[in-house]
Amino acid sequence: MEEVLRLVVERYNYWIYITLMMIGLYALIAKNNLVKKIVGMNIFQTAVILFYVSIGVKKGATIPIIEHNYDMAHQAIRAADYVNPLPHVLMLTAIVVSVATLGVALAITIMVYHRYLTLEEDEILKQIRES
Amino acid sequence: MSQYYPALLIAIPLLAALFISASGWLRPALCFPLALTALGGSLLVSLGLLSNVIRGIPDVYLFGGWPPPWGIYYRVDHLSALVLAVVSIVGFVNLIAARPAVEKEFPEKAAPFYTLYVLFVTGLLGMVITGDAFNLYVLLEIAAITGYALIALGKGRAPLSSLHYIFMGTIGACFYLLGVGYLYIITGSLNMEDIARLLPPLYESKVVTVAFVILMVGIWLKMGFFPLHAWLPNAYTHAPSPVSSLVAPLMTKVMVYVMIRMVLTVFTVDYAFLVLKLNDAVVWLAVIAIVAGSLLALAEKDVKRMLTFIVVAEVGYMVGGFWLGNRAGFIGAVLHLVNDALMTLCLFLAVGNIVYAKGNSQWDSLPGLFRTMPWTMGALVVGALSIIGVPPTCGFFSKWYLLLGAIQGGHYGFLAALLFSSLVSVVLFFRIFEISYFEPFGASHGPDHGEDGPAGREAPLGMLVPLWMTALGLVLLGLYTGEIVDRVIRHAVPGMML
Repeated sequence: MEEVLRLVVERYNYWIYITLMMIGLYALIAKNNLVKKIVGMNIFQTAVILFYVSIGVKKGATIPIIEHNYDMAHQAIRAADYVNPLPHVLMLTAIVVSVATLGVALAITIMVYHRYLTLEEDEILKQIRES
Repeated sequence: MSQYYPALLIAIPLLAALFISASGWLRPALCFPLALTALGGSLLVSLGLLSNVIRGIPDVYLFGGWPPPWGIYYRVDHLSALVLAVVSIVGFVNLIAARPAVEKEFPEKAAPFYTLYVLFVTGLLGMVITGDAFNLYVLLEIAAITGYALIALGKGRAPLSSLHYIFMGTIGACFYLLGVGYLYIITGSLNMEDIARLLPPLYESKVVTVAFVILMVGIWLKMGFFPLHAWLPNAYTHAPSPVSSLVAPLMTKVMVYVMIRMVLTVFTVDYAFLVLKLNDAVVWLAVIAIVAGSLLALAEKDVKRMLTFIVVAEVGYMVGGFWLGNRAGFIGAVLHLVNDALMTLCLFLAVGNIVYAKGNSQWDSLPGLFRTMPWTMGALVVGALSIIGVPPTCGFFSKWYLLLGAIQGGHYGFLAALLFSSLVSVVLFFRIFEISYFEPFGASHGPDHGEDGPAGREAPLGMLVPLWMTALGLVLLGLYTGEIVDRVIRHAVPGMML
């Protein structure tokens, strides 16, 4: 039991991202409304982004900006003092990608709405079957 | 000059996409020539890269001059040069054929269409050439997002199918990203070769296993590997014909390439085949994919939709061939990647011509086609023979290598699936030939078939020339199979498989 608790507490960032991911996946699979599905998709993407952001963190470290005091140039910079900026930078790109996906998805949803005048998937499928 | 080829390959179409969308407002007539020039340019560059690789000149391009573990770099080897050539040839040929269909189906959207088209090809080329795992994700999404938009241009159900494709495609891409994240956690690197260098001591780690499985699932989702194929048939069927003849040959094949690249360069063959020992299971999955794809194709009554299920079965060929893990299987998988891109292009172009003339590709509109559209149907026959695997065409040779690989690997399930699928293809295509050759078209057009039945309306020359170029390409590719294997693919075979 203690083992499990430690696993949960020590790695809580992983548990959070997996929970978020599953919420998103559930919405993608189970929801009937197309916009809700898109929201689920976005939660799914955000979960991965949060996962990346969380892995850059170090205990007791600060933001990765190096101070340039004039007599500090000779001092070695200890990597352990700064959080890892690379995953965060990568996620800037991933956020752009997810925004683009969201935009395309919403634009296409508008097309779907104009064509079927509803966003409920079962009603759309019924219309398709009848036509 | 030639040291800039890898960067030019991406830069030309990327910048051209910008100019095309601008010229959509200023001079719409310029869109098509611009797109043609851009893709022609990257076609020349990719052929230059291929010839460089054959002559043994290395092509590495460091972006911003940063050396590999820190910067992004593009690297061309035998495998990627071959796939680059295939992607740019298919993109270029299909663009020529796209013009009449675009002018007929959505003339007002020509500028966005050409912009997205060129961007899509850019994304695919980038995925093939990049040596950085995260860069691959970005280019994957460029190709995917433009692909969603292109598919949504179609009529009827297209937007809905495209939306479903977005949902599945996003899950796939996120899984890929997650896998790269796990690799980054354990190695601290994103460069493919650097990861491969850092991984060996970590082979026993569970994180690497998780990364591998998640990456593979993401890639399989994107390529439509059988249980994960649900998005593919609808998306490719409802897309407008110039789009399906672009997306169907390329997207799945490039994802197969990404799978091969991930296993060869990132995880290395030793890990995938000796440490994980997943190969047998994956080949069985491929067997299921081939059989299921063939059977599902058998149930369809629309040529285009039937072809999409053939694409699903063909993905099984390539995945299975690669995971057989021997030399013949590997050569077969890579050769089939090349051949299948051209075969599906040929078939989808032919179906595009039928849709252009008849409005759809349902079986009802097939009768009498051999009389009214002899050239289109002739090319369809060549493509079909190639899918079935009849000797002079290229499909035979890659299937031969795959069968050889299955026998050498002792995997008779895969062997049986290949033969079964070939037989089913015979049934599928000869049924089409029978309907369009023998069935009296009077029967389906009513007694008075005066106006639109037999009227000799072949598709325009602009669509026939690319179609026949592809059809002849299939035969030429078959005749020069030995050259391709000897000069290119042989060098890509990993040492362990020799």
